[in-house]
Amino acid sequence: MYDAIIIGAGHNGLVCAAYLAKAGRKVLVLEANDRVGGAAITRSFGTGFKVSAGAHLINLLDPVVIDELKLESHGLDLGQKTLKTVSLSHKGQHLVIDGDQLTGQVSDEDRSAFADYKAQMTRFSRLLNKLHLRPPPRLKPGRLSDYLDLLRVGAGLRRLGQRDMRDFLRIAGINIYDVLEEHFDNELLKGALAFDAVLGNHLGPRSNGSVLNALHRSSGRINDDNGTFASPPGGVGAVSEALAKAAVALGAKIRTGAPVEQLMFNGDTACGVRLQSGEQIEAETVVSNADPKRTFLDLVGARHLEAEFAQSIHRTRCSGNVAKLHLGLKSLPRFTELDPTLAGERLLIAPSADYLDLAFNQAKYGHCSDHPAMEITIPSVADPSLADEGHHVLSAIVQYAPYRLKGGWEHAHEPFKKTLIDQLDQYAPGLSLQVISSELLTPADIEAEFGITGGHWHHGEMTLDQAFMLRPAPGAGRYATPIDGLYLCGAGSHPGGGVMGLAGRNAAQTVLSGGKT
Amino acid sequence: MTTSQSCPQYPRTVSNYDAIVIGAGHNGLTNAAYLAKSGLKVLVVERNPYIGGATVSRQLHENWTYSNCSYVCSLLRPEIYRSLNLAKYGLQVVPYGGSVSMHSNGDYLGGYVDADVKRREMMRHSPKDAAAYARYSRDIMRQCKIIRPFLMRTPADPTSLKPRNVLELIKLMQDVGNIPERVLHDTIRFYSLSIADYLNEYFENDFIKAAFAGSGIIGTAMGVMSPGTAYVLLHHAMGDVDGNMGAWGFARGGMGAISRAMADCLVDHGGEIKTGHGVGQIIVDNGKATGVALNNGDEFYADTIVSNLDFKRTFLDIIEEKELPSDFVKRAKNFKIRGSSGKLNIALDGLPHFPALGDDHPLMSGDMHFIDTVEQLEMAYDDWKAGQWSQNPYIDLLIPTMTDPTMAPPGKHYMSVFVQYAPPKLKGKDWTDADRDAFGQKVIDKIARYSPNFKDLILHAEVRTPREIENEVGLTEGNIFQGELSMDQLFFNRPIPGYAQYRAPIRGLYMCGSSNHPGGGVMAAPGANAAREILRDLKRENTVPAGWVDD
Repeated sequence: MYDAIIIGAGHNGLVCAAYLAKAGRKVLVLEANDRVGGAAITRSFGTGFKVSAGAHLINLLDPVVIDELKLESHGLDLGQKTLKTVSLSHKGQHLVIDGDQLTGQVSDEDRSAFADYKAQMTRFSRLLNKLHLRPPPRLKPGRLSDYLDLLRVGAGLRRLGQRDMRDFLRIAGINIYDVLEEHFDNELLKGALAFDAVLGNHLGPRSNGSVLNALHRSSGRINDDNGTFASPPGGVGAVSEALAKAAVALGAKIRTGAPVEQLMFNGDTACGVRLQSGEQIEAETVVSNADPKRTFLDLVGARHLEAEFAQSIHRTRCSGNVAKLHLGLKSLPRFTELDPTLAGERLLIAPSADYLDLAFNQAKYGHCSDHPAMEITIPSVADPSLADEGHHVLSAIVQYAPYRLKGGWEHAHEPFKKTLIDQLDQYAPGLSLQVISSELLTPADIEAEFGITGGHWHHGEMTLDQAFMLRPAPGAGRYATPIDGLYLCGAGSHPGGGVMGLAGRNAAQTVLSGGKT
Repeated sequence: MTTSQSCPQYPRTVSNYDAIVIGAGHNGLTNAAYLAKSGLKVLVVERNPYIGGATVSRQLHENWTYSNCSYVCSLLRPEIYRSLNLAKYGLQVVPYGGSVSMHSNGDYLGGYVDADVKRREMMRHSPKDAAAYARYSRDIMRQCKIIRPFLMRTPADPTSLKPRNVLELIKLMQDVGNIPERVLHDTIRFYSLSIADYLNEYFENDFIKAAFAGSGIIGTAMGVMSPGTAYVLLHHAMGDVDGNMGAWGFARGGMGAISRAMADCLVDHGGEIKTGHGVGQIIVDNGKATGVALNNGDEFYADTIVSNLDFKRTFLDIIEEKELPSDFVKRAKNFKIRGSSGKLNIALDGLPHFPALGDDHPLMSGDMHFIDTVEQLEMAYDDWKAGQWSQNPYIDLLIPTMTDPTMAPPGKHYMSVFVQYAPPKLKGKDWTDADRDAFGQKVIDKIARYSPNFKDLILHAEVRTPREIENEVGLTEGNIFQGELSMDQLFFNRPIPGYAQYRAPIRGLYMCGSSNHPGGGVMAAPGANAAREILRDLKRENTVPAGWVDD
């Protein structure tokens, strides 16, 4: 009998397993697919191309996790350098963002405003990062530790100083569009910053809550620098492999190709799982890395839940709005007027905040954007092993592509892929002729391939109503659930989506301390 | 302004008052009335030849009285109504009955006052939603009860360590401590969700959702799918008529009856009102506000100056920039006060016929809406974002004369049509008269699709776009709430962080308009709360009631 079974070998499941094993627990990780990593994998497509199938950059993986699990000794490599961001203009007047420096046709006012803005957002997101390292506080304290949690939040806010605290309390709940209008004139800059505020969510730049998402995304640090991106050699899958190695080295056991069908109960307490093969495995504790809906409505079953809780899981908003485009190319694409040395950086098609807003308008009504926003990487520039010699692989995160597409994805899949390639062709003329292989993962495909309900990368919208102690839903916001013996460790829990590892780490700590809801 | 600047040493009038209130809107009058009640000598100066600001009745067509800006009453705080004895000064608020949404397919959804009839009517469209309505109205009521005690309190500054703020925060924590954790979770969700998502949690029928969603956007430059609009719904549900929470009523004789009663109360307590000339400049001497200079050259002096004008107008128009901290000016410029609404006031030769309802339908006296889906409402907002008026606007239509026949001659009717969205500028350009007329025609055509004889009955129509609202009432960009109701401009953030306690960064200068907590609507709470702060600074006895908790 195991001390803990972890359902799903996504990055959070692996992190959780590693921490539990480190504490001496006997841990089994069960993964439905044939390999570990969940959506954080590198896999092949087309003829000889390899690509990170889900997330394609690392920006949130927490240094604390890297340190505590000694991931570097297990092969973690985030690459030689962090990436710059290029906000592409189809006329070729691109804007390059490197830390707090801007290169391009940008006014001195915008330059200095950007340095100040970036510094302040970094201060805010570091405060957020402190909150990410612990289970969220309870709104209504019961025990002394709950009061201390709340005091810690208050003290963190206070330490910002009066000016920053006022600014934080003013902007944390609102939309990025208005905030950017207060600071900048440059459209490419506003587009790039707004893109980071909406990425992965059903949010437009004018949607309140987008600032919070921007802060979340810049809460990660790489080499102690907030808001930067790494492109790991071998793709994001290499990170998952390092995590799996660490977990195994610490004593955890991982079984792939072992899809879980149901939780097993002893009375009202979870006592193990039954696999689709019929095999039953018992454990003291079950930790689910699956998304909340899949966990509670499929694996547990609504009949084991109190009606109101089942209702709140049911209403969790988790319809994905992001698609992923993979292109295998004959040669390196040439973006108009872009210095070829920048081809391996993070390239954005989000030429203005209004552009994003118009793209979002269509998603509101269940349509794909005619002119979508994209985050493009060409990882084969730095890592030629991802493609045959001379060939290149292009990976793009595309927004917006709603899960609940009107008319369904079946007939829209190919036309949307064509829209995307045509759009890339406008920024890199001739690109469409270089395409050897292509693959589009819509939210429906992501749901099918990775088992994430609604194909939502973050296992649920990253908005205030689904954040902190409300993530994924009231009553399950601190990793423990209303079912004794069942815990959550995925991105559907605080602090949420992105390859962070903190949900897994916090969940492990909750399990180890015998935490309750 | 120029007169007072060119010959400051020869003002035409110099009189001394204890306090001068700029603007005779309902908040200015409330503020002045409380100050006068405490024994101060108070002057209210008003730019227009009539009082009331946007709480006004006007005769723009012979024998017809229009509530030509605000048109219904619910938010007016009962503690103010009672302590200013507004009943004695002739104010009577008459509740009206229900609401109805008409579908383009000829069907309708009746929001009857009688709970049982209302349930049966919802059953007709969706039995599941009829059951969900009980949960929905319970949850809204809970949130109303949480917010109501805060309306008549000055928000604490959470960034300040002054004893007063700390004590107020402790009280807030204690109040929160009495609320079940589950309801607190709902509160966060309520303040952050869009009205569309919030309604999705309860209802499945799109027509029902569309019928309820309108309250989430009235007066705001957000769409039904914009996170934060669920709170705006609360703003339209937390009022009451005669203790009946969530009910709406008409002020008998039009909304002007409210400001008239307040003005009579003020005059009864020795206050004075001067109309016809606006303030060109607030006179500041050594960092202290000492008086006002009117546009006609008159100057009046007082130790306390209170502005009922909106935040932008006060600090960017009638105070010299050099008197203010530069950061404050920057924040004033960034204050969000975007116009989003228009209004038609129509004199009718008789009662229009709505085939969906038939004749003599009881819901003819309630709010009428013409909407099929939530998406239609959101599309109306997309037009606003694109800088044009909505091609298929949201309409809140009332025929007040069904309830208050004093507003039109016998057998005739007055129709009030609130319209959303209308942007403050049209693709960056100012509205022209032709634009205004085309906008009005768009609205009339839409109503006529639901009422075939409507157009033939029109005797006179006043069309108001944000331009008219700004120019006549003085509300910047025509925003009816004196500033958007979003989280960055609510509670301790309203109007801007650090200045939510009604004091300007100039000694002796106060703010009492809806730009301040708790915001817009004919509530009178900002005016009353500001009076309490002024009396506190003057170390005078408080005449303003604190929150009167009836719940």
